[in-house]
Amino acid sequence: MYRYDDFDRQLLAERTAQFRDQVARRISGELTEDQFKPLRLMNGVYLQLHAYMLRVAVPYGTMNGEQMRKLGYIARTYDKGYGHFTTRQNIQYNWPKLNEIPDALADLATVEMHAIQTSGNCIRNTTTDQYAGAAADEIEDPRPYCELIRQWSTFHPEFTYLPRKFKIAVTGSPNDRAAVRVHDIGLRMHKNDAGETGFEVIVGGGLGRTPFVGKTVRDFIGKNDLFSYLEAILRVYNRFGRRDNKYKARIKILVHEVGVDEIRRLVEEEWSKIRDGSLRVSDDEIAQYIAQFAPPAFEELQANDPEFERRKQAHPDFAAWVRSNVIAHKQPGYAIANISLKPIGGIPGDATADQMELVGDLADQYSFGDVRVTHEQNLVLPHVKKADLFALWAELNSALLATANLGFVTDIIACPGLDYCALATARSIPLSQRISERFGDLERQYDIGELKIKISGCINACGHHHVGHIGILGLDKRGKEFYQITLGGDASQDASIGKIAGAGFSEAEVVDAIEALITRYIDIRTVGERFIDTYRRVGMDPFKEVLYGDR
Amino acid sequence: MAIVKNDSVIENEWVTLDDESSIPESGTNVLVSLGRFKAERDSLIARNGGLGVLLVPGDAPEDLAEDIDRFSLIAVKFPAYTDGRGYSYGRVLRERYGYAGEMRAVGDVLRDQILYMHRCGFDAYELSDDDETALEKVRAALRDMTVYYQPTGDGRATAGSLRDRRRAVLDDATS
Ligand code: HEM
Ligand code: SF4
Repeated sequence: MYRYDDFDRQLLAERTAQFRDQVARRISGELTEDQFKPLRLMNGVYLQLHAYMLRVAVPYGTMNGEQMRKLGYIARTYDKGYGHFTTRQNIQYNWPKLNEIPDALADLATVEMHAIQTSGNCIRNTTTDQYAGAAADEIEDPRPYCELIRQWSTFHPEFTYLPRKFKIAVTGSPNDRAAVRVHDIGLRMHKNDAGETGFEVIVGGGLGRTPFVGKTVRDFIGKNDLFSYLEAILRVYNRFGRRDNKYKARIKILVHEVGVDEIRRLVEEEWSKIRDGSLRVSDDEIAQYIAQFAPPAFEELQANDPEFERRKQAHPDFAAWVRSNVIAHKQPGYAIANISLKPIGGIPGDATADQMELVGDLADQYSFGDVRVTHEQNLVLPHVKKADLFALWAELNSALLATANLGFVTDIIACPGLDYCALATARSIPLSQRISERFGDLERQYDIGELKIKISGCINACGHHHVGHIGILGLDKRGKEFYQITLGGDASQDASIGKIAGAGFSEAEVVDAIEALITRYIDIRTVGERFIDTYRRVGMDPFKEVLYGDR
Repeated sequence: MAIVKNDSVIENEWVTLDDESSIPESGTNVLVSLGRFKAERDSLIARNGGLGVLLVPGDAPEDLAEDIDRFSLIAVKFPAYTDGRGYSYGRVLRERYGYAGEMRAVGDVLRDQILYMHRCGFDAYELSDDDETALEKVRAALRDMTVYYQPTGDGRATAGSLRDRRRAVLDDATS
């Protein structure tokens, strides 16, 4: 795991002092709210419906146990005892007071955490595969490159006032768990014909009111050249991205309007002028970052642990959790344990201070002090011995953290919606809770199989509804909430944007509508077909029929 | 209004011309728009007196490349501090075309953006403050940070290069 050195620590200390000064200047009135806004946004402080919100960065979703415990401490000390993990692998606190935020940030800085660039029109926290360094299917661990991107993008003087926010995601595995095709830049690691590892560069994906799947500007960029290439893309965007209309300012609109060929031409031309400059990263330097993320000291173990098998026989609940939440690890005898933050009827992504502290401890005890946040709003202990899984499960279970529903219908993504968000047109949390309750029975969930429901409280799409197998968008019709359903979205390597099924449903109708869709799927699926596969085979009509009949 | 450069407040020795007014006698320093420069390039470079160009967002700094050594002032307009195009213009002019004269940030120039401007090649800042406040703000802004991650043309050592240097010293000591 990357550990800060004195330079990183110094930079963070200076930043913490700088923001404290900015807050003081706001409170004294030297800065107007208008002048303060971009400064606070650059540091993750939003004004919401009821209070300020603080968004803390979890760079590429990786933390150690101490950091996780500190997030719990912050929740207890500065908030109402909980926090909300987001689709961008960050955490949000909903109730901090402005004058206390500098103290919260100083506390976070003691464990090398911060809120830098978690909002604002700058390069945001880079996200990646939550199983990086553990997944059996990865080509190479993407985190060294994410860390280099973190450093390159942190207070980048040229790219701090971009036309709009900018999000980069990286996957080191052909099975994309980072949704790279719906980011401003997606980087997909692969090998070229010469056997070298590099990245496919995908530009202009995004959700929001105009969703796009990104387009490839370059099939392969070598690791040494990655950073100058990113700089070239950002410079083209900074210079030519639209600034006349906030809704047309993302790079996806530029790509859409001028075409990917023209973007490629501009980027390549810019890159040709800077590719041999000081952003070229040497093999030596890359090797040092790879060393920082060296695998932990795994023991040599048998692939199978007899005790583990016996426990599964004896405890069906444990067996169910293993089946749904535990994933193969590349190291024999180890496993990846997913901690669901989607208890049946609970608020997706919320965790209490106690839960966070417990997970921090469990990470230290069972997972080499390594814990991850997923873009699906869950947590992961990436390196657990199979022999320890039962003990881990028992502790999680006692803290209501062992819901065995990963990837199933109740593993719902939902944004904060009208319960918190100033931009919302409808609530998303209560709806997700009711869907979760309706399908709470685990046997029923397993029968339904993998199904991704994603809910946003307005067209900004923070809840990823465009890429939900079933997406739900909350809207407002003459003061009443109603919900529009989309089908066929997918955030994986087969990314697609969902299609609107038809007229929206009232709050009272929408859960029944979801159930009708699922019943129809079960009736017409063939063996082994997931919901999304069936949808792709039969198309929209059979589903429309159950929703609207002859309407 | 005050212009801060090299840790002091300077007099504005430039006359900003709009695109219609006639060009004054030789001896005066004139600041013209990019459009006017392109239209009247030959007469502008033939006259005696300083020549400066004002770039506004949307202008192409590439248009100055051929004549880069003829300018002693390039002013870059930030119509709103949120419009960050000027940062790219600064770096392109300094790092790509080797511009060595004064580069002045004008418009909505605020304390919290000055460090970024400096890193992108700006060396003069026009602030809408009195002299003393302006100088204080620029000084404070340039002191905010001492660690920088990314290389620009500003000559500051990056964290990466300092790490390299330290490793080299350590390697030397141990070999
Ligand atoms: C509560 C305060 C929030 C506000 C004011 C807010 C605002 C916005 C806005 C305006 C957009 C649209 C941007 C565009 O299309 O250009 C957006 C997109 C997005 N936000 Fe949020 N958001 C909030 C919370 C969240 C949360 C809690 C998450 C994570 C769960 C999140 C993750 C995202 C994602 C993933 C997108 C869409 C991807 C994209 O950028 O295209 N946001 N947000
Ligand atoms: S999708 Fe809309 S309601 Fe939900 S968090 Fe984003 S801006 Fe708020």
